[in-house]
Amino acid sequence: MAVSTPVLPLTDRAAPAGATYLNAERGLRSWLFTLDHKRIGVMYLVVILASFLAGGIFALLVRTELLTPGPTIMGPDTYNKMFTLHGTVMIFLFIIPGIPATLGNFVLPLMLGAKDVALPRLNLASFWIWVTGATVAISAIVLGGVDTGWTFYTPYSTTTNTAVIPMTLGAFILGFSSIFTGLNFIVTIHKMRPEGMTWMRMPLFLWGIYATAIIQVLATPVLGITLLLLVAERVLGVGIFDPALGGDPVLYQHFFWFYSHPAVYIMILPAMAIMSEVIAVFSGKRIFGYRFIAASSIAIAILSFLVWGHHMFVSGQSSLANLVFSALTFAVAIPSAVKVFNWVATMYKGSVRLLTPMLYALSFLFLFTIGGLTGLFLGALATDVHLTDTYFVVAHFHYVMFGGTVIAFLAGLHYWWPKMFGRMYSERWGRVGALLIFVGFNLTFFTQFVMGSHGMPRRYFNYLPRFEGLHQASTVGSYVLGLGFMVVAAYLLHSLFRGAPAPANPWGSATLEWETSSPPPPHNFDEEFDASDPYDIESLEYDPAGGGYRRHDPSAIRLRPAGAP
Amino acid sequence: MSERTASGVHITSLRTLVVVWIALLIGTWLTVTATYFDFGSLNLWIGLAIATGKALLVALYFMHMRWDRPFNAFVFLTAFAFLALFIGLALMDSAHYQDVVIPGYAPALQQ
Amino acid sequence: MASPAHTGGPHLAHHFANLDQQYQSAKLGMWVFLATEVLFFGGLFCAYVVYRANHPEVFLYAHQFLDKRLGALNTAVLICSSFTIAWAVRAAQLKQVRLLILLLSLTFLLASGFLGVKYIEYRQKWEHGLLWARRYHPEVHLVQEGPGHDVEVPGAAPPGPGAQAAQEAPVTPAADGDADRSRIADAASGPVGLAEPMPASGEHRVVAEPHNAQVFFSIYFLMTGLHGIHVLVGMGLMVWLIALAWRGAFAGGNFTRVDMFGLYWHLVDLIWIYLFLLLYLVH
Repeated sequence: MAVSTPVLPLTDRAAPAGATYLNAERGLRSWLFTLDHKRIGVMYLVVILASFLAGGIFALLVRTELLTPGPTIMGPDTYNKMFTLHGTVMIFLFIIPGIPATLGNFVLPLMLGAKDVALPRLNLASFWIWVTGATVAISAIVLGGVDTGWTFYTPYSTTTNTAVIPMTLGAFILGFSSIFTGLNFIVTIHKMRPEGMTWMRMPLFLWGIYATAIIQVLATPVLGITLLLLVAERVLGVGIFDPALGGDPVLYQHFFWFYSHPAVYIMILPAMAIMSEVIAVFSGKRIFGYRFIAASSIAIAILSFLVWGHHMFVSGQSSLANLVFSALTFAVAIPSAVKVFNWVATMYKGSVRLLTPMLYALSFLFLFTIGGLTGLFLGALATDVHLTDTYFVVAHFHYVMFGGTVIAFLAGLHYWWPKMFGRMYSERWGRVGALLIFVGFNLTFFTQFVMGSHGMPRRYFNYLPRFEGLHQASTVGSYVLGLGFMVVAAYLLHSLFRGAPAPANPWGSATLEWETSSPPPPHNFDEEFDASDPYDIESLEYDPAGGGYRRHDPSAIRLRPAGAP
Repeated sequence: MSERTASGVHITSLRTLVVVWIALLIGTWLTVTATYFDFGSLNLWIGLAIATGKALLVALYFMHMRWDRPFNAFVFLTAFAFLALFIGLALMDSAHYQDVVIPGYAPALQQ
Repeated sequence: MASPAHTGGPHLAHHFANLDQQYQSAKLGMWVFLATEVLFFGGLFCAYVVYRANHPEVFLYAHQFLDKRLGALNTAVLICSSFTIAWAVRAAQLKQVRLLILLLSLTFLLASGFLGVKYIEYRQKWEHGLLWARRYHPEVHLVQEGPGHDVEVPGAAPPGPGAQAAQEAPVTPAADGDADRSRIADAASGPVGLAEPMPASGEHRVVAEPHNAQVFFSIYFLMTGLHGIHVLVGMGLMVWLIALAWRGAFAGGNFTRVDMFGLYWHLVDLIWIYLFLLLYLVH
């Protein structure tokens, strides 16, 4: 993949000569051992999207099997392995690293006007730890698969005759990748903001990434010890979680969900972070309620640690704990709602452009709201008793994780694609892809809300004939989804070779990453920045000559050459 | 008039290090000695208090927290806060479901 | 990029504005890492608290098989090693390279001593069959010599009244048995609470072993084992630092790596301070 023609940035500055970060150094080793956060972000993008493909294939296999009750293309034990592998691959390999490792790594230093993250070698280590963990986890597939569900509940997980150990060890290793990424981002945001960029002048994308990093750092170690204990349970028989040896299986669930609930906010906070950028830019307006959105990110990070028991309402948890966790769960919905209101208020009286990133952002608003509201049904004890372990739960979390995070990931990918690769994709095909994904998604998962509320249990290979129609509709939806993703992959890949060269600022955003060429040079910027208003969007003007945007008043961000006093 | 490196980083004096070291050893002796007396339900808390005193000495002086940026200490303490949350809620829950646990249940063990 | 063998003083990496920013970034990064270690070990502390609160008799009984003196010795050893590493940081800051190498070596030796004592303790447990759940076959039991004072004597604990009837035939988990499905044993209808202590031979009363005493040893081995792994990793890092010091990497006053390792090592000491209290000194 060679971008041989450097793109001229559309600013007053002279075009940087030659090299972008993509072509400055050549050869496999220059990529595999790079310390450049942009290259690391791109490498993560490749492997993470590959994981999404693998997880998606497992999903299609699951959905195909569910076309008819009883065996369709596989037997029950294989089915258990399929949904387990779908879950583990999607969660541990794709969505948890997801936005932070790819877009976060690429954009974070650029948004700070910095040359790299604070700890570049740790960043590379994070990537290689991811690769190691993913390899170990994937080996579970060839070693016979895992059939415990991605939650690995004991005592089944400690006694089942499947490849639990490689999968849990793989997830354990992946956890360190996540921790180190979060650690790096915390240090970078604390120590490498330019002068004048106080906390309250930071782009909201960084607030979201920062809140995510807090959760990554505090929650993931508990997953680490949980998985280690699971391996010890299987290998040594330590008897902490296995009741046959005197252990406590409910304690396992406390351990597991103490991480896994905050983990879902690791998934959604970066997505919300992208929303703040995309909605403001494509409404041509300053973001509404900056302080509230920033504060809500931190509030979500903290509150996320207080509600894990809502996954355990029927596990044997005491009534007192049920009460406490249910009450706290209602609190955690509030900051998310605050964000949605502020985004909508941003659009109000804005000059909305329905380009592909914005189409995904609007999809997010619709789908995430549904997903979030259905979470409240599940947080209420009386309804949860009926809905738990049904397809209602499956639909809920797909609406928030897929309709939320994946859609936002697509929005961010389309938003920053020109900056990352210096190419514009086809807007027409972008719309086709977005439509297919939106339709396919709702067909797949809305039917599952209906099924679940009528009693269809989750993780079930067989089902009553009355659910067959809904299952088939859901499966058709999943094929439409698959088609949509193929369309997106096709035009994005095509753009790398045939896309129109991208200007420095194709969308008219006021954050700092657009102050350098598309793609950026290896050292990011030729200047240092003193201050900037990340939402001074209305001061940017369109330059028809180059097809991009430029600042009306360049002195507004007080550039000075690198190294000058 | 503390010693500092060329870039202005504080250097702990040898005297401080030795004093803290001796204090820690005394604290250890104290912890063990306390176990020979019975203070009833306070036993655990006394032990924890001494241990925490030792921990503070290690953190403040050996780990340089006394002269470092307060935010670093805040980060460290935050971990304990969330750990307390975890232990607290898990403990509350487990205490309340003990009545449905079969006492002594461990059928896989050979006795 | 800082080069490891650079001897002319701290090297400023290209993405930092000044040395202070670089140093403070490393420091903050290290403290964040220590926070993650607190939560990592914290899981085991949670298991400890939950089990001890709900089954205090298990801990009161089983901890007596640990040797307080060896535990206290290990605590003192680690405290001394914290002292030597803190002094080593000072030596690195003052460019006292030979002293630095000496102190790093001393710390390494003390760490080895710690692991040596741990080995002795583990060996004793192994010989007495006092291992984690699945391998718990105690060859020793306690007799009461005086009020609140029990002594360990060889020989497996004699069964208490009703204990035989209470035990099901052991069920092997599917992992070594049936390949097709996992089985969970039927509920036992065992005795409630402690078996009554019964008089043994001689004047001393055998202290009856409470149910699920093996949980203590599971927790003991998990906590001290994970801690021991951290000591081992620390020793590896010390070898690396000694090699760097020998090659003159710290001659120019670039002490950051020693400082960061010191923080890690102090955490290892901190965790042991609590482990010693909670495992050895239960009363």
